[in-house]
Amino acid sequence: MTGVAVVGFAQTPCRVREDVTTSGVEMLVPIFAEVFRATGLTKADIGFWCSGSSDYLAGRAFSFVQAVDAIGAVPPAMESHVEMDAAWALYEAWVKILTGEAEIALAYGFGKSSGAQLRRVLALQLDPYLVAPLWPDSVSIAALQARLGLDAGRWTEKDMATVAARSQTAAQSNPQAQVSGHVTISELLERPYVAEPLRAHDCAPVGDGAAVVIIAAADRARELCARPAWITGFEHRIDSGALGARDLLAVPSATAAGLACAARAAGAHGHRPDGIDVAELHAPFTHQELLLRAALRLGDGVDVNPSGGALCGNPMFAAGLARIGMAARAVMSGRAGRTLGHATSGPALQQNLVCVMEAQ
Amino acid sequence: MDHPLRAPLEIEFDYTRSLGPVLSEFMTALAGRRILGARGADGRVHAPPFEYDPVGSAPPGELTEVGPEGTVVSWSWMPEPLEGQPLAGPFAWALIRLDGADTTMLHAVDAGSAAAMRTGLRVRTRWAASRVGSIRDIACFEPCHGVNAAEEAGAAEEAGAVTGTITPVRLSYMHTASPGESAYLRGLADHRLLGQRCGVCGHVYVPPRGTCPADGVPTQEEVELPDTGTVTTFCVVNVAYPGQRVTPPYVAAAVLLDGADIAFQHLILGCEPSEVRMGLRVRAVWSDSGISHFAPTGEPDAAYETYARDL
Repeated sequence: MTGVAVVGFAQTPCRVREDVTTSGVEMLVPIFAEVFRATGLTKADIGFWCSGSSDYLAGRAFSFVQAVDAIGAVPPAMESHVEMDAAWALYEAWVKILTGEAEIALAYGFGKSSGAQLRRVLALQLDPYLVAPLWPDSVSIAALQARLGLDAGRWTEKDMATVAARSQTAAQSNPQAQVSGHVTISELLERPYVAEPLRAHDCAPVGDGAAVVIIAAADRARELCARPAWITGFEHRIDSGALGARDLLAVPSATAAGLACAARAAGAHGHRPDGIDVAELHAPFTHQELLLRAALRLGDGVDVNPSGGALCGNPMFAAGLARIGMAARAVMSGRAGRTLGHATSGPALQQNLVCVMEAQ
Repeated sequence: MDHPLRAPLEIEFDYTRSLGPVLSEFMTALAGRRILGARGADGRVHAPPFEYDPVGSAPPGELTEVGPEGTVVSWSWMPEPLEGQPLAGPFAWALIRLDGADTTMLHAVDAGSAAAMRTGLRVRTRWAASRVGSIRDIACFEPCHGVNAAEEAGAAEEAGAVTGTITPVRLSYMHTASPGESAYLRGLADHRLLGQRCGVCGHVYVPPRGTCPADGVPTQEEVELPDTGTVTTFCVVNVAYPGQRVTPPYVAAAVLLDGADIAFQHLILGCEPSEVRMGLRVRAVWSDSGISHFAPTGEPDAAYETYARDL
């Protein structure tokens, strides 16, 4: 199989941006320039572009087309779009390289999450016949999942606050984080509920942002990057859309994607890979980090979300791609040998994507 | 630079969907105050019913009645309900396992206070006063307090078959215009047309796009354009639609302002639709709110070569 590696990553700070449009252009132009500077590439070198965004955030149809302005698509570019987190756009780009249709591909995601009431807009991703007409918001649905775990003794509210405190402390080293700082667990637990049993620190903040990742086929990757992050596994799976029919305390799609990554890596190496050094998990709620650690079988030795994770900055449709970008950066910078980037989509961790990367 | 213009944007649409055989039966039953579930190949009863068995993918056989009471499996508290949610005052969202079912249904519980909620709470269906065959025919659930729900709810009724469902969706945004668009909109108020020129290719875009779509670089040089231009192409609108502000037939045209490199769409009035043609020279007719429409200037038509590149 053709080797493919991440060779570049950039993201905007995650902030509420009253000054930007929903087209993404103002957020994308600077980070395209940044990733081109870092890799020495120009737009003419990109054989395939793929974006992830949503009309429901923009409040207008075909909003992603306007973002193409940021590419500068003259002469015409080979371009595609997913109405999903851009981690899935990166997956499409990866397949494009594997099939030999491109050597270098760029995936980008953007979301102005603050344009409307995000938790209400996200009700429209639910079953349109039986669920969405009730307008259940994303925070309330996550709270139902959190309560199941509390009732089952899987975690406590203190465990959830511990995830938040650790994330916010870690985010102090991440200038792009929206939330960071030193907080104590007891102080967090004194704060009021937003959607009992969730408090504000249990939920990702609403913020706007964009991210971009460039991947390249083997020979080009070595030219472009001293230490490319080679993709050894890239898988995504989905669970049932029927919320009440799922076991919300298992994340079978994440487990299946993780195992498939391991199997692919084992095939490539002839042996099962050792542990992961760093995992960037797309967990927009504290209890979901606990669920994902278990579903992906990450041991205590794994450094989880050294960036602060989605709990400290969750630009919709870019945050999953940014997790892969941050995990890739850990390899490219030499801080880690093998890393895992994860993205989620849908209510209560319905859909999950895992990308495993390593140094050669 | 002035701050970008912002304004509320309200969009709404009635999503009108047809129901397949399973959901049609389910919704018809709701209108008649009955809740149906589907038995899967593994023997589990799903309520609401599946359309295709999640294990074997077969459609369900005969649907089976469940509820109207059930048990709360999980819950969360909604202190300030959002627009469109089932109750106006504080309520609980809950996953409810209806009696006779193995899966849960997501719905609201009118419990009064979070203190009255608990996992394991017995709840019963509160039916909407008027029922049309919608998940909202269940107004919400409420704590049982020992009353026999079957008696309280009244006997099931026969209802005509429901084959479709309409879901009104209304979303509210705060829309922000880009800096270039904001300058353009402010210019219109002063009866000026402001565009931007790309520093790389020199093309002039009006309205400004902020970024050159050919080069992908920010466009910052402001250019003022005259209010005259050429119709590059057009169509005659003969179809009436809700919200239309001009009576058909009328002409929607692509107008290339003199000095611009991109056409924009506007109305052509001041002549018969049959008189509008490619190359027609037009001038803006201003109103208090900007350009009302474009009207013919009476000049000779522009030569095809002058706008061929912009078609």
